[in-house]
Amino acid sequence: MGLFVAQILTGLANAAALFLVASGLSLIFGVTRIVNFAHGSLYMLGAYFGITLMNTLPGAFGFWSAILLSGLIIGLIGVIIEICVLRPVYRAPELFQLVATFGVILVIQDLALMIWGAEDRLGPRAPGLKSVVRIMGEPVPQYDLALIAITPFILLGLWWLITKTRIGILVRAATQDREMVGALGVNQSWLFTGVFFLGSALAGLGGAIQLPKGGADLLMDLNIISSVFVVVVIGGMGSIPGAFVASVLISVLNVFGVAYLPQSTLVLMYVVMAVVLLLRPYGLFGREEKAGEHGQAGEPDRPIRPAGLYGRIAVAALLAVLALIPVFSGSFTQVLLTDIIIFCLFAASLQFMLSTGGLVSFGHAAYFGGGAYAAALLVSYSDTPMEIAFMFAPLAAGLLAILFGWFCIRLSGVYFAMLTLAFSQLIWSAAFQWYEVTGGDDGLVNIWPAKWLSGTNAYYYFTLIVGVGGIILLRHLTHAPIGYALRGTRDSARQAEATGINVKLIQWTAFSIAGALAGLAGGLFVFSKGSIFPNELEIAKSFDALIVVFLGGVKTLSGGVVGAGFMEVAKDWLTRLEYWRLILGLVIIGVVIIAPDGIVGTLRKVSERIGLRRTEEFMK
Amino acid sequence: MLEVTSLNSFYSKAHILNDLSFSVGRGEVVALLGRNGAGKTTTMKSVMQLVRPKSGSVVFEGTDITGQPPHRVARLGVGFVPEERRIFTDLTILENLEVGRQKARSDAPVWTPEALFEIFPNLWERRHNRGKAMSGGEQQMLTIARTLMGNPKLLLLDEPSEGIAPVIVEQMAKTILRFKQEGLTVIISEQNLHFAGAVADRAVIIEGGEKKFDGSFSTLEKQPEIRDAYLSV
Ligand SMILES: Nc1ncnc2c1ncn2[C@@H]1O[C@H](COP(=O)(O)OP(=O)(O)O)[C@@H](O)[C@H]1O
Ligand SMILES: [Mg+2]
Repeated sequence: MGLFVAQILTGLANAAALFLVASGLSLIFGVTRIVNFAHGSLYMLGAYFGITLMNTLPGAFGFWSAILLSGLIIGLIGVIIEICVLRPVYRAPELFQLVATFGVILVIQDLALMIWGAEDRLGPRAPGLKSVVRIMGEPVPQYDLALIAITPFILLGLWWLITKTRIGILVRAATQDREMVGALGVNQSWLFTGVFFLGSALAGLGGAIQLPKGGADLLMDLNIISSVFVVVVIGGMGSIPGAFVASVLISVLNVFGVAYLPQSTLVLMYVVMAVVLLLRPYGLFGREEKAGEHGQAGEPDRPIRPAGLYGRIAVAALLAVLALIPVFSGSFTQVLLTDIIIFCLFAASLQFMLSTGGLVSFGHAAYFGGGAYAAALLVSYSDTPMEIAFMFAPLAAGLLAILFGWFCIRLSGVYFAMLTLAFSQLIWSAAFQWYEVTGGDDGLVNIWPAKWLSGTNAYYYFTLIVGVGGIILLRHLTHAPIGYALRGTRDSARQAEATGINVKLIQWTAFSIAGALAGLAGGLFVFSKGSIFPNELEIAKSFDALIVVFLGGVKTLSGGVVGAGFMEVAKDWLTRLEYWRLILGLVIIGVVIIAPDGIVGTLRKVSERIGLRRTEEFMK
Repeated sequence: MLEVTSLNSFYSKAHILNDLSFSVGRGEVVALLGRNGAGKTTTMKSVMQLVRPKSGSVVFEGTDITGQPPHRVARLGVGFVPEERRIFTDLTILENLEVGRQKARSDAPVWTPEALFEIFPNLWERRHNRGKAMSGGEQQMLTIARTLMGNPKLLLLDEPSEGIAPVIVEQMAKTILRFKQEGLTVIISEQNLHFAGAVADRAVIIEGGEKKFDGSFSTLEKQPEIRDAYLSV
């Protein structure tokens, strides 16, 4: 009994930081409709600033002031991000804003590395709260009790701010209809900035307040963001009480998980989320999101046409060059090109559902890594021949996508994206924690191709044929009836429904196809490397694919492939620099603001301007 | 008071308003008439800058407001009552009014929740309720009251008689006449010619985003062919 109570108390104490971060994210999303991926980075900065300040300011007063000051500083940093990065892109489609916040993550990561170094920092203990109290015979840290006592006050304070003040009224009104709030004379820009300050400050406070229980390291940004997404999705986007309830639920669950099911603590969280979403698709306290409620109709897309003659010649020439590579270059180039082709196929599969179907997935790595793991497991445990195991990769990934897709397509927009992310985290945590089967962090090794494919040349040609074949298949699908139907569902679900298209079925099919082809890429990957590790399932991998599609051009068909090629080459070059993330992050932010059409889109515009390409008017 | 000159507005590539010009004097009540899809709402949104005109200008009390953000237009004293009402249903009636509140203006009637509840007694009874379970008429009253909390000099009412009970329409007409007495300048858009004639001094008829008629109701009465061509009776 005593242990049980002590565990509940630990869970409640852990909930404090999670709640602070999640409520900030929720608040920002509610008003600005931006899912701030960099929110975890603000939490991380809060922790680092907290340590620095705690080491400077003496005593208990210094400790608590340091926490408050960290919140203030992070709030101001949030304001800078809002004004410099997000203001220019508020009118752009959701995906652009997301990608901009990815850029911010990269920049902050390298800035933190520059300022605080790569070593993990241990958080200082709270002065005056360093010992433990015995509760029913079990030791409970005093600081935990302090956190448990503080959290309700924070909740109360936020509740008061939101329900009782003019600012709170405006925030709630803007959450519902921000254009109308503007038409009534409220300056939205400042409202957004204010909300960003508050949300960021909460993340900073969360980072600083957890210090005595943890510390600061460079991985905590992405580590917390997945838990925060789970909390926000379970609680309901935009709901503060929801964030509180879900934080407590998840934290307590985690503590019990660690005690009784140490192998499945991470999985548990995502299972709970899936169950909640099955019963309540918009979370415990969330409201249903009506598409188009906020009236952001973008420019209509240009119709997508099959490639013209020049395009075909260029592609044929490129393929000829690729086919001849082994003749005139060394194996290093072939290995690099193998990587590039695999990544291109992976990106193209995401582009298929994202550009053609408007389905923005944050968790596409699940199918890439899922396919790779499926093949690797077959080889490791049943000595399956490579040819069969390889074919099993797209099959398994496709089945996984059918299963997860069924849940995901019930939702749309941000909720859809969050759920895809959560499912990919589910797969990642299974690979990471199910040590007996997957080897955990050590991965699965010795997964080599069959004899006839074992040479660098042979595998290069294999990858070229399968990879290019997959990309061509995706292109064909885009121009096939399913592609047109899919585009119909993207442009207007209601109209598509009216013309007799089964919207959900089409979306589900697209999701599954994209998953299967990502799995194909994963299959190519695992046999080219001879091993697979959980990091191929990480959030960062999913983000890479999104960024690449974006860099190439969201509204183009070839964007994913071009972007992936560009990114792999750029990374090969950039990673030789110490602070390459900073540069990449700035480039991404720059592209979002300056050239939002991406590489292909921008090239097309430029070539149209100088008359190389037929324009729309010309065709009429 | 308001001078609209050669306005051209688009929804992406669809050309909606075509060289539209009209003006409204201080204290006047002008009815913007036209069939469904004629461009009445687009005209009002273009004045409010919720739709950015591609060319032409909107001058309010000598200030060129073309291209200004909507909140600045609102702060200069233009109040917009949208036809879809757009009540904040998560907020109580009192909170809805609070969102619309602006500082008092010396040259425009000043409104308080109390004064508005006197005009719209139904709202007073439900002042602490959320906007969810309200009838069409009550929603219309709340939107008007919410906009009046900004103490506007010019009120843009988009189809105030649409979708509300006949008794309330009559009450609405009286209310608009009362606004006129208080010194407000009003533009209402209407398809209901009878209602418009009861409250407005002048009619501006548009069709396909172009102005077809501009004059008094008595002139309009003498030209039934215009009425038949551009208005559904
Ligand atoms: N958001 C929109 N996007 C594209 N077209 C629109 C939009 N709103 C209105 N329209 C079109 O603009 C025209 C004028 O509409 P509107 O100004 O609402 O007319 P009214 O208010 O007189 O009924 C109509 O043909 C309508 O279909
Ligand atoms: Mg209208």
